[in-house]
Amino acid sequence: MADLHLTADRATTAESVAVDAALAAIGVDSALVMEDERLVRGGTHRRHARRHALLPALHALQTESGWISPGGLNYVAEVLQVPPAEAYGVASFYEMFRVDEAPGHDDDVVHVCVDAPCLEFAEAKIASLEAEGKHVHRSPCLGQCDRANANDGPALFIQGRQKANSVPADAPSLAGELWPLPQKHEPGLKLLKRVGRVDPTSLDSYVAMDGYKALARAFELGAEQVIEEVATSGLMGRGGAAFPTGIKWRGVAGADGEQKHIVANADESEPGTFKDRTIMENDPFALIEAMTIAGFAVGATKGWIYIRGEYPLATARLESAIEQARAAGFLGTAIAGAKSISFDLEVRRGAGAYICGEETALFNSLEGFRGEPRQKPPFPTTHGLFQQPTAINNPETLLNVLDIVTDGGAAYAASGTEGSNGQKLFCLSGHVTAPGTYEVEFGPTLREMIDVAGGVTGGELKAVLLGGAAGSFVGPDLFDMPLTMEATRAAGASLGSGVIMAFNEHTDFEAVCIRIAEFFKNESCGQCVPCRVGAVRQHELLIRSKGKVMNGELQLLEDMDRVMKDASICGLGHTASTAVRSAISLGLIGAN
Amino acid sequence: MTAVESTTAKSANGMTETLVTIQVDGRPVSIPEGGTILDACSKAGVSTPTLCYAENLTPVNVCRVCVVEVENSRTLVPSCSRVAEEGMVVQTDSERVRHSRKMVIEFLDTSVDLSQTTAPTSNEAGGRNLADWAAEYGADSSRYGPAPQTMDEEVKIQDNLYIRDYDKCVLCYKCVEACGDDAQHTFAIAVSGRGFGARISTEFDVSLPDSACVYCGNCVAVCPTNALQFKTEFDLREANNWREEEQSVTRTVCSYCGVGCNLELHVQDDTIVKVTSPNDHSVTSGHLCIKGRFGWQYVQPTIQRKPS
Ligand SMILES: Cc1cc2nc3c(=O)[nH]c(=O)nc-3n(C[C@H](O)[C@H](O)[C@H](O)COP(=O)(O)O)c2cc1C
Ligand code: SF4
Ligand code: SF4
Ligand code: SF4
Ligand code: FES
Repeated sequence: MADLHLTADRATTAESVAVDAALAAIGVDSALVMEDERLVRGGTHRRHARRHALLPALHALQTESGWISPGGLNYVAEVLQVPPAEAYGVASFYEMFRVDEAPGHDDDVVHVCVDAPCLEFAEAKIASLEAEGKHVHRSPCLGQCDRANANDGPALFIQGRQKANSVPADAPSLAGELWPLPQKHEPGLKLLKRVGRVDPTSLDSYVAMDGYKALARAFELGAEQVIEEVATSGLMGRGGAAFPTGIKWRGVAGADGEQKHIVANADESEPGTFKDRTIMENDPFALIEAMTIAGFAVGATKGWIYIRGEYPLATARLESAIEQARAAGFLGTAIAGAKSISFDLEVRRGAGAYICGEETALFNSLEGFRGEPRQKPPFPTTHGLFQQPTAINNPETLLNVLDIVTDGGAAYAASGTEGSNGQKLFCLSGHVTAPGTYEVEFGPTLREMIDVAGGVTGGELKAVLLGGAAGSFVGPDLFDMPLTMEATRAAGASLGSGVIMAFNEHTDFEAVCIRIAEFFKNESCGQCVPCRVGAVRQHELLIRSKGKVMNGELQLLEDMDRVMKDASICGLGHTASTAVRSAISLGLIGAN
Repeated sequence: MTAVESTTAKSANGMTETLVTIQVDGRPVSIPEGGTILDACSKAGVSTPTLCYAENLTPVNVCRVCVVEVENSRTLVPSCSRVAEEGMVVQTDSERVRHSRKMVIEFLDTSVDLSQTTAPTSNEAGGRNLADWAAEYGADSSRYGPAPQTMDEEVKIQDNLYIRDYDKCVLCYKCVEACGDDAQHTFAIAVSGRGFGARISTEFDVSLPDSACVYCGNCVAVCPTNALQFKTEFDLREANNWREEEQSVTRTVCSYCGVGCNLELHVQDDTIVKVTSPNDHSVTSGHLCIKGRFGWQYVQPTIQRKPS
């Protein structure tokens, strides 16, 4: 390889075999790559052509060796023609890749969630795991907040060495049990209507429960009319930014470009969020059908599901569902009997980075670059994945499309409230009797939602973290606020990704807030100064103010919040101070 | 929306260009289509602080010290990368702008050694340096507690050509760009890690001689903070003998090959102390190869070039 300079380290045979297998699985033949690369020289294009295979290759290395070894990295760099310094820059970006030293022993790595609501159970669990000699990693939210309680402790995820990753709590599902929906199966359920009833491993079971009727209806309507129905429905994105889906799809449909993409943003790393996991583990075909409709509507033939690396069950269910759908002609060319329509899907795994849920960071990550957000404009509708027109949506957003297509956009628009149409999933966690994913028609108040989940446990309700770490704490004055886009906006709060994390009066809010500040510090991509440094300074400020009345520090906190909101590149920096400052306004911290 | 008037003008090379007109601090400024807000500020004579921007590199808009307020934009906008659009209304000195610029400078000053960031960090030649901007905006780095976390890096001296002192690094990405797509296409260095732990690094931080580095020195040339420094300069500074004011700069043409790169020889006490190339030179755009950058011992055979 004339152009790349590599150190003398060489991969073991096991490492190169593992990498080759990972590349083959996504249609990249390593031997062939090396053969024709001898004939081609230099250039940016070549560096980018196979780069999307970098993350899958690094996953393979990590699983095989327990770390990204210099020899293994050299092998990946050579096969994919990625400069080793850049490949290292990518590997060292992610939580799940170890680059500092070879693991001392062959054990798996146990990731223990240290975000609220797991926070209060985390240290005890970590101590007991370490006493057992386990290799423990303190992890940000693992998307299993519904499982955190005094009996079961914090959420866990096990990163396997030379075996698949796993989640201990998935055992019953893997044994074939249907997941028990915490909510009664009322006739009103739409998004969750199949969850807990359909066999998520069987296309037949899906079809028997009205599966793929919406796609047939979409073909009857035609692509333009599907977009029209989605626009009429008033559906707004459920990933956090509440952007109108119809406008987004129209933009992609009208954009110039041979190749267009549909991306499902299943990174789901906002602390307190686990609704997309509920959908993907228990009704994976629904997401696939919805993405197929989206592809048909905007003229995209390629779909991607970017799923966080800590969701092994959802990943396996989606991959199996895609295979079954493809075998049955629901994916591929001439799908569902429509001769001229092609659409296929690929699942790509993240590797532990909250920021990769930001849409443009996600594109960079999937393309094999560091998960650094891009300055907008240009927007994804014209310059998305691989700089091509892309509709990127949250899985819950996409799921709504099935009913919109089936029942019509007008019917959807008639449900919900004035400014918030349709159904909404909420992730209830913390001090409530029955944490879980709950579906309602927009309208119930915060207090009503907490009652739906069985009410508060352990004392009086003191505050609720609404919208996740990027959201804000709300106190008693807003407990009777309807959980709609318009009411939360008017109150200066946000629904975000639908997080409702309840805290009773005995909560150590200082610990919760310091952890939120630490979360932003750890998860900042580090690209822009306001967030890279601001998140650190905010964390330091909270630590030195511990147990004190915050007076002089309040101005500094406000100053830092302003520059992060005004001058950061992306939403992570924009929201890094919101929760902390709301806790101070409510007197939860800084006032004792 | 105001109607867009199609204004045209002859550019330097005789081609007809479309102009766009924007308001900068209340005054109309016209620049060729495709130009940035920063270009318009320069044209209007408005001085703007910059750190990660360089005329010979693709804008990465990461330092955020150049932000301006654009009407109807929710957040401030990096002037170095945002393309000017007809009718844009831009404020460069509003309270919001001054606040963000001040905070960015405070954030950097509390985490990075800026003592040698003396080069003009502005869009005008001979313009103000970062310390001037800090004074302009009233930056106060003392309010961040007793021991704010810093880069905390040791100087890397791995050869006799240049040193890397990442304690001074503001992560402007300029060296990465110069080593990569924007000039050298060597890709010896990249950004590694994440958040405050992000660092410019070779793979696994191997030493430069073990990396892909070809010692063109283009990264050194673009570094605004002196984090990357020619060894000659580093040694003189260590000996307290770096006297930039007394140095003369002589322009000449590199004699190694027929390309015709212009060189600027910086001379102190009749000794060459560093070699640069003018950014505005049509052949080099400021970039050189190892021969032009470091191969001047034949002029001065007394200087030892062997790795220490
Ligand atoms: C730091 C950060 C993390 C995000 N994480 C997610 C995520 O995990 N899932 C998601 O759907 N959207 C996430 N978003 C929002 C996306 O950028 C984007 O708005 C969304 O995927 C669009 O889909 P929607 O219109 O269907 O909501 C995140 C945004 C930011 C700034
Ligand atoms: S705001 Fe934070 S996460 Fe977003 S680009 Fe800047 S440093 Fe990265
Ligand atoms: S000297 Fe040249 S090749 Fe070496 S790191 Fe700097 S820019 Fe890259
Ligand atoms: S070493 Fe210099 S050029 Fe490179 S990122 Fe740091 S400050 Fe910028
Ligand atoms: S100079 Fe514009 S963001 Fe750095």
